[in-house]
Amino acid sequence: MLVIDCPYCGPRNSTEFRHAGEAGKSRDVANSTPAEWRRYLYEFNNPLGWVREHWFHSSGCRRYISSERHTGNNEVRWVVPFGTPAPSTTSDKETGA
Amino acid sequence: MSASGNWRIAPQPGEVIDRSQKVNFTWNGSPASGYAGDTIVSALMASGVRVMSRSFKYHRPRGVITATFFDPNCSFQVGQEPNVRGAHRMVRNGDDVNAQNAWPSLNFDIRAANQVVGRFLGPGFYYKTFIKPQKLWPAYQKVLSTFAPGGAPPAIGTPQEIFDKRFVHPDVLVAGGGPAGMAAAIEAARTGAKVILVEEEYELGGHLRYGGTESLATLAALRAEVASFDNIEVLTDSVVSGRYDDNWVGVVQRSGIWAKERMIKARVGTLVVAAGLIERPYVFEGNDLPGVMLATAALRLIGLHAVKPGTSAVVFTANSTGDEAIERLRAAGVSIARVLDARKGENVTRALGRGQVSGVEAGDGSKTSADLLITATGWTAPTSLLNMAGDRPVWNAAGARFTPSELFHSSVMAAGGIVGDGTTAELIAHGRAVGIEAASRARGEAAKPVAALIPDAHPALFQSTTVGFLDLSEDVKNKDIVSAAKEGYDSSELAKRFTTSAMGPSQGKLEMVNTMAVLAEATGRDFQSTGTTVWRPPYAPISLGALAGRVFEPDRVSPMQLWHEAHGAKDMVAAQWIRPEHYGNPQAEALNVRSNVGIIDLTPLGKLDLHGPDIVKLLNLAYTNTWDNLAVGSVRYGVMCAEDGVVMDDGVTGRLGDDHYLMTTTSSGAGNVWDWLEMWLQTVHREWQVTITPVTTALVSINVAGPNSRELLSRITDIDLDPAVFGYMKVRQGTVAGVADCIVWRIGFTGELSYEIHVPASYGLHVWETLLEVGKDLGVAPFGIEAQRILRLEKGHFIVGQDTDGLTQAYEAGLGGLVKLAKEDFSGKPELVWQEALAGNYSHLVAVETVDPLLVPAEASQIVENGNEIVGRITSSRMSPTLKRSVCLAHVPASLSTPGSRLTIVLENGDRAAAIVREDLAFVDPEGVRLRG
Repeated sequence: MLVIDCPYCGPRNSTEFRHAGEAGKSRDVANSTPAEWRRYLYEFNNPLGWVREHWFHSSGCRRYISSERHTGNNEVRWVVPFGTPAPSTTSDKETGA
Repeated sequence: MSASGNWRIAPQPGEVIDRSQKVNFTWNGSPASGYAGDTIVSALMASGVRVMSRSFKYHRPRGVITATFFDPNCSFQVGQEPNVRGAHRMVRNGDDVNAQNAWPSLNFDIRAANQVVGRFLGPGFYYKTFIKPQKLWPAYQKVLSTFAPGGAPPAIGTPQEIFDKRFVHPDVLVAGGGPAGMAAAIEAARTGAKVILVEEEYELGGHLRYGGTESLATLAALRAEVASFDNIEVLTDSVVSGRYDDNWVGVVQRSGIWAKERMIKARVGTLVVAAGLIERPYVFEGNDLPGVMLATAALRLIGLHAVKPGTSAVVFTANSTGDEAIERLRAAGVSIARVLDARKGENVTRALGRGQVSGVEAGDGSKTSADLLITATGWTAPTSLLNMAGDRPVWNAAGARFTPSELFHSSVMAAGGIVGDGTTAELIAHGRAVGIEAASRARGEAAKPVAALIPDAHPALFQSTTVGFLDLSEDVKNKDIVSAAKEGYDSSELAKRFTTSAMGPSQGKLEMVNTMAVLAEATGRDFQSTGTTVWRPPYAPISLGALAGRVFEPDRVSPMQLWHEAHGAKDMVAAQWIRPEHYGNPQAEALNVRSNVGIIDLTPLGKLDLHGPDIVKLLNLAYTNTWDNLAVGSVRYGVMCAEDGVVMDDGVTGRLGDDHYLMTTTSSGAGNVWDWLEMWLQTVHREWQVTITPVTTALVSINVAGPNSRELLSRITDIDLDPAVFGYMKVRQGTVAGVADCIVWRIGFTGELSYEIHVPASYGLHVWETLLEVGKDLGVAPFGIEAQRILRLEKGHFIVGQDTDGLTQAYEAGLGGLVKLAKEDFSGKPELVWQEALAGNYSHLVAVETVDPLLVPAEASQIVENGNEIVGRITSSRMSPTLKRSVCLAHVPASLSTPGSRLTIVLENGDRAAAIVREDLAFVDPEGVRLRG
C-alpha cells in the first residue's frame, strides 16, 4: 500500500484516498461527439511510466489533490493541491497527462 | 521400521527443552510424551517415530528432512487444526496429534498403490487423463479430492478463535534474528532508531543456537545486548510475510499474544532482510526415505532438543556444516559409518531400504549399512523479501547459489548470510554496518553502500546420477522436469506450473534451485539464462483468520433504535445501517398508513446542509431538472445522473433561506453524493462558493404519513399546517413537541398526505414518543421499511438501484419529464441528449399487473419472448394490502412498453405467468389527490 504525502495532512496510507482518475481529461459537454464523449468517460492512457492523476482524500481533509506517480514502482514524486501548477521537475513528455 | 525406545541424549549446552516438565500428548491415538520446549517432531523423534506422514501423490512414507517450519512432510492434524507445521509447533499437554494424508493408517496406506502405477503418473497426468469428457469433471473431482493432501478443516460449530491486527511504524524492521539480524538491530537502536526484530523461531539466535560452545557464548552476549535496548521490540515465533509499496511490511505473529495469530502491519523506514540461508536437499534415488536428512536438521535435533536422530550414519558433505555434523553426531553417540566428501569428488547415488534407510550406495557402487544419511550439499538464499522490493537475484557460480542483486529499493537492505559467507564475527560485523546504515536511511539521509559479504567457493551439487525426488511436498522427481522440458515446457515458469514443482507448501524454499538446475541441464542452458528465483508474497503461510483480523466496520443506528427493538422491530441491514424492517406485520402497517397515520424512522436518509451564493448552479449541474426558480420555503424532487447518463441518486432538496438549502439523498448514496458534489466544486467549478456539511446523523428524520397526519402533527407544533399556506412540496421551520429548529416538509413517497420532520438528533426519541402518545386516538402506529416499500410500489414510485441498475439512463427509468435538456450543462447531459433522440427506442420502466391477481412473481424474475429469449425483468413486486392484488414494476423493451402489452414472466419454478402493462405507474391514487390534500 503506497503512501501519499497529502499537501494538507502529511503522509497517509493510500487507503484513506479515493483515486480520482488521470489528469488532463477535457470535458466538453457542448461539442463532443458520442465517440469523443465516451473516450472522455472510459478511456485512459494507463501508461507504464510516470502518470499525473488526481486523488480525493476522502477519509482525511476531503480535498482533491494532484500527483505524479510511476505506475511501474508506485513511486509518487510530487503531490500538490488540485489546481496548483505541477512542479517543474518533470517534462510534459514524461507524464501521462 | 517404527523404531521405538528412548532417543534422548545427555543434556546439551544449548538445549531448549525443560526436562523437569513432561508433556503428554497422543500420536495417532496412542500415548506419547516429550518435554516442554519440544516441537511435535522432536518429541516424536525422541520416542523413536520416524515416519511422520505419507507423501502427496505416491503416498510414500516420509520423515524429517529439515526439522524446521517448512519441513515438507511434517504437517499434522492437531485436534481440529489442520496442516500444523510439526517441526515448528511446540507440543502441548493434551495435544491430539495425527498424521495427515494417510488412510487408513500411517503404516498401511492403501493409496501407496499409486507408487506401483507411478510410472503412469508423470507430469500433467491429471490434466491429460481427466480432461474428457467434460461432463465427468464433477465425478473426477469427487474421487480425486479424496486423494488430495492436507488435514481436515475444523468441524462446523467449533468455537472461533480470536485473530487480531496491529499497526506499527518502526524506523527499522529486521527480518531474521540470527547473528547478523541481532547485530543490525543493536546498531540501529544505538542511533536512537525505533527497531522491531522479527524472528521466525521461538528464540533469537539463528544457527548460533545449535552451534558449539563458542557460538553459544557469542549468542549469549548478543542476546544481552539486544535486551539492553528499550527501543528494540523483539517478536519471536513471528515471520515477515511480505514487503509491499513504500515499505508496507506484513508480520504474522503466531504466539506470545492473547490472539491465535496477529497480523502486524508495519510502515517501515528501512527493512533489513537478515533471513540467513536455507540448506538445500540433494536429489538421488531414495532421497525421501525416512532417515535421509539435512546436516542442519541433525544439528538442530541434537543441539536444541537433545535427540539422537539414528544409530549409524553416512554423511555426504560438501561444506563445513557437514563436517561439523560429523563431530556432533559422533558426540551424540551416533556411529559414523562412512563419510562421502563431495570436495574429493565422492558422491551418493542411492539410499537403500523400505520405509526407512537401511544402507547407502556411494558413487563408486559400494554399499554401507546405516539408518541415517546426512547430506550437506549447499545453500539457498531466501531472497523473497528482496524480490518483493525489486531484486532479481544473480547466480553466483563459484558459491553455487543465487545472491541478491544490488538493484532493490534503497529502503530495503540485506545483511548476513543471505548476502554472502563469513565467520560469525564477520557476519556480525556486516550486520552492524547494515544496521547503522539502515538507521541513517530511515532518518532520510542519502543511501551509502555497505561492503557485501562474498559467498565461499562451494561445489555445485543438485542431483546425483539417479532418479529422486525434487519436490517432497508435491512428489515431483527430477525426471519429471526432464520430460516436461521435452514436451516443450522449457521455461522455468512453465516447467514449474506443469510439474507443480515448487508449488506445494514449501513454496520453492527447498526445491526451486534444484528444479532450475535440472531444467538447465535438460535444456543445455546455463543457470542464469534458465531463469531466476522470484518469490511473491507471502513468504510464509498466513491463516485466513489473521488476514481478516478483527472487523472494525461500524454499524450505524438511529437514536431510536433501542425503542424499535423494545417494540418488536425486526431489524434489517441496509449498507452500514441497522434499521427496522417491520414491527411484526408490514401489511397491516401499510394499511394503517392508508387509513389512519403511521410514523417511520428515516434517519439513515442522507442529508447535506448547503450554504453559499452558488448553490443553484451546483443543483442545476448535479440534478437533471431546473432549480433556478425554487422559492424559499419550497422543496423539489430531483434525480442525479452520472456523466454516463445513468441514474445515480435521487431525493428532495428544500430551500430554507436565500443561500441555505437542505439536500436529501438515498440512504446508501449519501457518501457518494457528498464526494461527487465536492468533485464538481473542487475540480470543475472552483470559482463557485458552496459549503457542504453532512448532517445525516445530526438530524433524526421522521415521516408522518396518512390521512390523519395533519391532525396528528398539528397537536404538537406551532407551524401553521393549513394547506392553503403549507401546501404540497413546501418546507417550514418551527417547534415540534417543544423542540425548536425542526425542519418540516410535505412530500409523498408513500402516496399519502405526509410530513417529513427533521429533528436535532438528541431530541429524536422524544419527538417519536410524543407523536405516538398524542396520536393514540388517531390510530398512529410505527411502520418499517417493508411497509414503506409496499406503499411506494402501490404509488408507482421507483427506487434507485432497485428499479434501476448500473446501465439505466434517465429516460429508461421513465424520468424524461425531469430531464431539462435546455440547460447549458448538467451531469449526464450529452448521453441524455442522445438517448432522447432515440424517440423511445430503449427499455422502459412500466407498472405491470399479473393476470392472476394473487400471484407475486419474485423480484428479478425474467420476462421472455419467443420461448426463452430474455427481454426484461420484474424489478419490484409485492402483494398490495390496499388493492388485495399483486403490484409490480418491470423493465421491458420498447416493443412491449405500450399499455395493454401482454408479458410472459418466468416464475422461480419454471412456470410461465401472464401479465399486462398498465397505463400508469401508480396503482393507487394516480391523480395524486391523497398526497396533495
